[in-house]
Amino acid sequence: MVTLLRLGRGVRGAAVWALLLALLLVVLYPLVWMVGNALKTNAQVFNDPFGLPTSLLWPNFATAWNQGVGEFVLTSVSLTALATLATELISVWAAYGLTRVNIPLNRQLTVAVLAGLMLAPTVALVPLVKMFQGLGLYNTFLGLLCLYTAFRIPFTAFLMRAYMLDLPREVDEAAALDGASTAATFWRIILPMSTPIIAATVVLNVLQDWNEYLFAMVFTSGTGVETLPVGLADMMSKNGTQYPVVFAGMVMAALPMVILFFVCQRYFVRGLAGGVGK
Amino acid sequence: MSTQAPEAAQARVLAGRKVEQAGVLRGSGSRRARRRGAQVAGLVWLAPALFVLAVFVYWPLIENVAFSFLKWNIYNGEQTFVGLDNYANLASDPVFWRALGNNVWYAGLSIVFQVFGSLVLAAIVESLRNERWRKVFRGIYFIPSAISLTVAGLLFYFIYQPQTGLLNVFLQNLGLGQFSQAWLGRENTAIFAVIAMSQWQGFGYSVLLFSVALQRIPQELYEAAQLDGVGPVRRFFSLSAPLVREMTGLMVIVTISGAFQVFNEVMVMTSGGPNNASQVLGTWLYHAGFVTNDFGSAAAIGVAIFVITLVLAMAQLAYSRKRRVEW
Repeated sequence: MVTLLRLGRGVRGAAVWALLLALLLVVLYPLVWMVGNALKTNAQVFNDPFGLPTSLLWPNFATAWNQGVGEFVLTSVSLTALATLATELISVWAAYGLTRVNIPLNRQLTVAVLAGLMLAPTVALVPLVKMFQGLGLYNTFLGLLCLYTAFRIPFTAFLMRAYMLDLPREVDEAAALDGASTAATFWRIILPMSTPIIAATVVLNVLQDWNEYLFAMVFTSGTGVETLPVGLADMMSKNGTQYPVVFAGMVMAALPMVILFFVCQRYFVRGLAGGVGK
Repeated sequence: MSTQAPEAAQARVLAGRKVEQAGVLRGSGSRRARRRGAQVAGLVWLAPALFVLAVFVYWPLIENVAFSFLKWNIYNGEQTFVGLDNYANLASDPVFWRALGNNVWYAGLSIVFQVFGSLVLAAIVESLRNERWRKVFRGIYFIPSAISLTVAGLLFYFIYQPQTGLLNVFLQNLGLGQFSQAWLGRENTAIFAVIAMSQWQGFGYSVLLFSVALQRIPQELYEAAQLDGVGPVRRFFSLSAPLVREMTGLMVIVTISGAFQVFNEVMVMTSGGPNNASQVLGTWLYHAGFVTNDFGSAAAIGVAIFVITLVLAMAQLAYSRKRRVEW
């Protein structure tokens, strides 16, 4: 009886491991295939899709880089960096104003900042195109920067606000007693105390901005301001026969975020879980 | 589903709760005695956020509603008021309904796999004794969510290729060659091929979130269950699943909301084709506005998306409020 039970447990354990490992394979195999194809010759991609690369053509990466990926990376890096910085600054100011400064209409303003969470960017697409054409922002780096910054504010400000509400009140009072102004209290005390939530939101914003596609596609038309996702999609349609080069570009787009995730996993989980059932 | 939607929705759930706390803090002590002028000066902190949001988020939204009543060519600037014509046209447009139907498929299948499938999977992962293996599975399952939907979409575009794609070659090697086909090129498989890619891309994200929720369950409950001789299956149904039901309910709403905002993967993989079979609301809006140059109709589709996502957001707020009372 006992052995039967143990046997049953063993079978179940084996089934569980089989499932988990099978899924691991389903996740990893396409990714490994992507990297492998980036190292193959074009002919091998077509004739031997399953085979390991026989050649290890690292030059595919250089070719991809020179065929535009270099420029896409430059655009994506600067856009991601500047948009994240702008979003963080504007959001942390707003969160501070909403939680630690005595302002009129606090409740209404809180709603005004956070309600943006409910809006899908697609809904604003048509008016934004019209506005951007009028302002000369269409197909410009600055235009994308404005959109990336604006649409990430509600979520970022929300997480920061939740965090700052939990910081002890006594901190501000002590600072006020020492004669610190509201601004000094922010820069010297509250901002440093908020680094954990800043780190968490930075990671999430970098991921979102780096991977953004809708705005980048609609608001650029292929001249100098293409981001990586848009540039890669373009490259594939134009470069349809040089698959390894496209795969090399895809690897270069994916790798930084995978590394970011594994390096900053702690902050990541904190940010993602920030809203969930505290 | 983009990763943005769930986090935004979780944020919404807590929003209601936090507003109340703010009220408490605001009323405290001597701060009330501050001069009105100093109060208004405090708005400086909020000014940048309010300005940017007003210009780039809220104003376009209002304008979009106005545009949906116009017949409008963006390139020559001609605008004519046509009342509800755009909406009437949508109602009689079979592609609009097809797109809406595809969004519904997207939502339904994502709930099955990305919510309930991921919940079971997270419970299995969390039941492993070895912490290192738990980390390995959670981490690796998440990788597809870190790479963009665009890259994942391009990758699966190749995997689905009729002749050289991984999937067909794989089927042939298994002797299932008769099932191999042009997955993205056929009307009845295109949207499902895209949805399948999306499950691959997104399930690890849900597993991670459910794992966080499961870790919050007190360990004593599991120990008690073990003493009572409760097996893993019963433990899941009578302990784990009920205790994370708040998270599950949240994920259901978030997933539906995300499914109605789908754009990237469809655009990259099929552009809505073949023959509009895989259009979703987002890509059909894009098509109306930027391919057929009919901005009034595009705005009307935008209003439809807005109404759907707003209703879901309200449902979410109501849901979280209800739960709050029960605690």
